[in-house]
Amino acid sequence: MYAFTFHRPQTLRQAASLLAKHEEAKLLAGGHTLLPTMKLRLAGPPQLVDLSLIDGIAGVAQSGRSLTIGAMTRHNDVSTSPVVQQAIPALAGLAGMIGDPAVRHMGTIGGSIANNDPNADYPAACLGLGATIITNKRRIKADDFFTGMFSTALEPAEIITKVSFPIPKKAAYQKFRNQASRFALVGVFVSKRGSEIRVAVTGAGANGVFRVPSFEEALKKRFAPKSLEGMTIPADGMNSDIHGSAEYRAHLVGVLARRAVAEAIGK
Amino acid sequence: MAAKAAAVSLTVNGKPVTAEVDPRTLLVQLLREHLRLTGTHVGCDTSQCGACVVHVNGKAVKSCTILALQLEGANVLTIEGLAAPDGPLHPMQEAFRENHGLQCGYCTPGMIMTAVDIVRRKGNDLDDRTIREELEGNICRCTGYHNIVKAIAAGARAMRGSAAASQAAE
Repeated sequence: MYAFTFHRPQTLRQAASLLAKHEEAKLLAGGHTLLPTMKLRLAGPPQLVDLSLIDGIAGVAQSGRSLTIGAMTRHNDVSTSPVVQQAIPALAGLAGMIGDPAVRHMGTIGGSIANNDPNADYPAACLGLGATIITNKRRIKADDFFTGMFSTALEPAEIITKVSFPIPKKAAYQKFRNQASRFALVGVFVSKRGSEIRVAVTGAGANGVFRVPSFEEALKKRFAPKSLEGMTIPADGMNSDIHGSAEYRAHLVGVLARRAVAEAIGK
Repeated sequence: MAAKAAAVSLTVNGKPVTAEVDPRTLLVQLLREHLRLTGTHVGCDTSQCGACVVHVNGKAVKSCTILALQLEGANVLTIEGLAAPDGPLHPMQEAFRENHGLQCGYCTPGMIMTAVDIVRRKGNDLDDRTIREELEGNICRCTGYHNIVKAIAAGARAMRGSAAASQAAE
């Protein structure tokens, strides 16, 4: 690791002013991506701003038809929350599939979506549920938030404080794991809320998480796996590596989308 | 660039500890190199193998992926703190011994700290499938896991007995 100065602000305002003052500073949430990256010297922020002492940015709350999760809420606290399990079981299930139990005790939803790893699970949930990402400055629709691999709409000195999920009528997440890393080789999140259908894919795209409009259109006619029968997506723009070719990933998107719809309708 | 040392105060195995550390110091380095608690091991150093698992505020975490400075005021429990220094082994340690749940022993401290955390979250009656799923983040290269799984199931049952016994004693 390169040397850095460690800051532990007590308020969001202090954290934001540290970010504004130190251009290359990085926020530290659960640290389970940032610290390994720093160990590899792929990142070398001269300043680390730890968010763990700031009150009011962790926890789960339901209000009417929306579920709000604080940015510093750990994966384990999302997966085991009775509120999340009741309101959006697919989201609780997804959080319980991230990493392993010890990793889930540290990793946070805010950290995951701010990092926007192309293989991460939470971006699929945010896009697949039409979430709104709330920061210390504004509200950003998931559709506008994820702007490409490891990149987001966040501005300098902008800090995610919570994520608000509209509660769907039906939803499910299907994850096909890379057998070595256990990350999503491909993950597909589907949801139905009134006439709004969403299909979001992580792990497959070279530019990170994306929606599949052709699948969404087909599911609008009937929300059933049959509606997607024989449908595929082009292999252009898919990741291709030793774990799976672009064609294989494109194929998996169709398979997992059908499985996810089947799970969502309870079949 | 030389890093400026910073102070951190926490509790380790019930004892208050204050240390001046380089900010880059990982919890596992604080434990092994500053406090000489070498029961916690470093296997992969990439948060995959689980040899470094300790409890922070009661929850299992990978001490190779936490900075010491993140732990101001925290309560840390390592394998050394699981049983009283001169007392009998913790029931989970005893179950690993009894069931031959280790060969070289390198992964064992992490396995046992993870096992105790599984019991906290999932209770004393654990089936093999649950144990194997929960061991996702702990890697053993000797045993093939079979006896580790057996040991954890037995240790989990024994912990119920010992919890009842210590309550009865109170």
